[in-house]
Amino acid sequence: MPIPCSTEACTSAATIKRSKDGSAVCATCFTRRFEEDVHETISATNLFKRGEKVAIGASGGKDSTVLAYVMKVLNARHDYGLELILLSIDEGIKGYRDDSLKSVERNKIEYELPLTILSYKDLYGWSMDEIVARIGKKNNCTFCGVFRRQALDRGAYKLGATKLVTGHNADDIAETVLMNLLRGDVARLQRCTNICTGDDGGSLPRAKPLKYTFEKDIVMYARVNKLEYFYTECIYAPNSYRNFARDYIKKLERVRPRAILDIIYSGESIAVRKEVALPVLGRCSRCGYISSQKLCKACLLIEGLNTNQLDLGIKRKVTTETKTGCGKDKTGSSCGCSNEDKVQSIDF
Amino acid sequence: MPTSLTLEFSGGSEFLVGNQKEHKVSLPIDQPTVSQLIQWIKKEILTDHNRDDLFVMDDSVRPGVLVLVNECDWELLERNETILKDGDVVTFISTLHGG
Repeated sequence: MPIPCSTEACTSAATIKRSKDGSAVCATCFTRRFEEDVHETISATNLFKRGEKVAIGASGGKDSTVLAYVMKVLNARHDYGLELILLSIDEGIKGYRDDSLKSVERNKIEYELPLTILSYKDLYGWSMDEIVARIGKKNNCTFCGVFRRQALDRGAYKLGATKLVTGHNADDIAETVLMNLLRGDVARLQRCTNICTGDDGGSLPRAKPLKYTFEKDIVMYARVNKLEYFYTECIYAPNSYRNFARDYIKKLERVRPRAILDIIYSGESIAVRKEVALPVLGRCSRCGYISSQKLCKACLLIEGLNTNQLDLGIKRKVTTETKTGCGKDKTGSSCGCSNEDKVQSIDF
Repeated sequence: MPTSLTLEFSGGSEFLVGNQKEHKVSLPIDQPTVSQLIQWIKKEILTDHNRDDLFVMDDSVRPGVLVLVNECDWELLERNETILKDGDVVTFISTLHGG
């Protein structure tokens, strides 16, 4: 017995249960409500200003493909007056990006948006394949994530964008809240649910218009609107910490979908006690990128690769390491040699 | 009486069934449930048994795999207990594969 679409005056049969609110809707109403939910998020937070040049971080995957499409639709429908451009990063994983970049190329043509591709090799001197060959598969996701984050910011800045938008969805943000909680990273816990970060001057603001949009709804939206996207299991992913959080969130979602929005709500509402010391954001002394340390995370990781100190920037505990220590003191405390150029390493 | 079904795998789930998106199959069960279909898939057409758990978990699909029966979200039907009829199209979309 078909269930009717819950939209008033719609006579179609429902074919989708929206994760967002559990309502039963037909494909047409699903699409409309999906888009208007994103519009509501954008307008309620005054996310964009008229005339802004907005770079869309595009991986060719489902989230960024749907984001690019919805941004294009809403920019036209609600006359945001934005200049939209696509920005892709090539990590240099053989066989991984080749096909996904083809998918981004298709977005470029179908959505008529200009596209720029930047590579890790260009930006950092190392491709992901070269990094994995050097360090193995244990911490490679740390490198990939840190490098990708900066690459998008730098690329967007280079293209003269005033804002960067990424396809992070509600599931992603719930995972991040959980991960920051599990790691005791209160600074990130406090800001990871913000719809826009870096808008306090100094760096390029980055925004997440899909922050309240469920992954299931994104996949359904792509299906009913026949948006083709690229997918693969990242060949280096099985060891990543995020997968454990992801698994847990997915299991919670099956029992109670709202759990995802509630985790985000917890993240949004949390306030860190004032006696808790938070890192003060400054600038990296080497590249000028925003950083709480003397060297930003990416520069620290590159330093480790170039000098063969492969745990630099990776160690879990807050430690003080001499940059080119004499090696006499294995505890990592000052060895008393003349090199006083110390680098603090905190896991991100 | 056996039941003829068209199975569609996408979103990355096709990698687990010989990288083939569409499978026309005949189940030796009269009016099977989705749960019975999933067990049958696990036994008969999942080719990569090291990664079975990317598709099946307990008596259902792994959370994060979406199921449609004749283009209708199984969450609007009876999920695992949905009864399948001859000629039905069942779609599995993985959301677990990255982009």
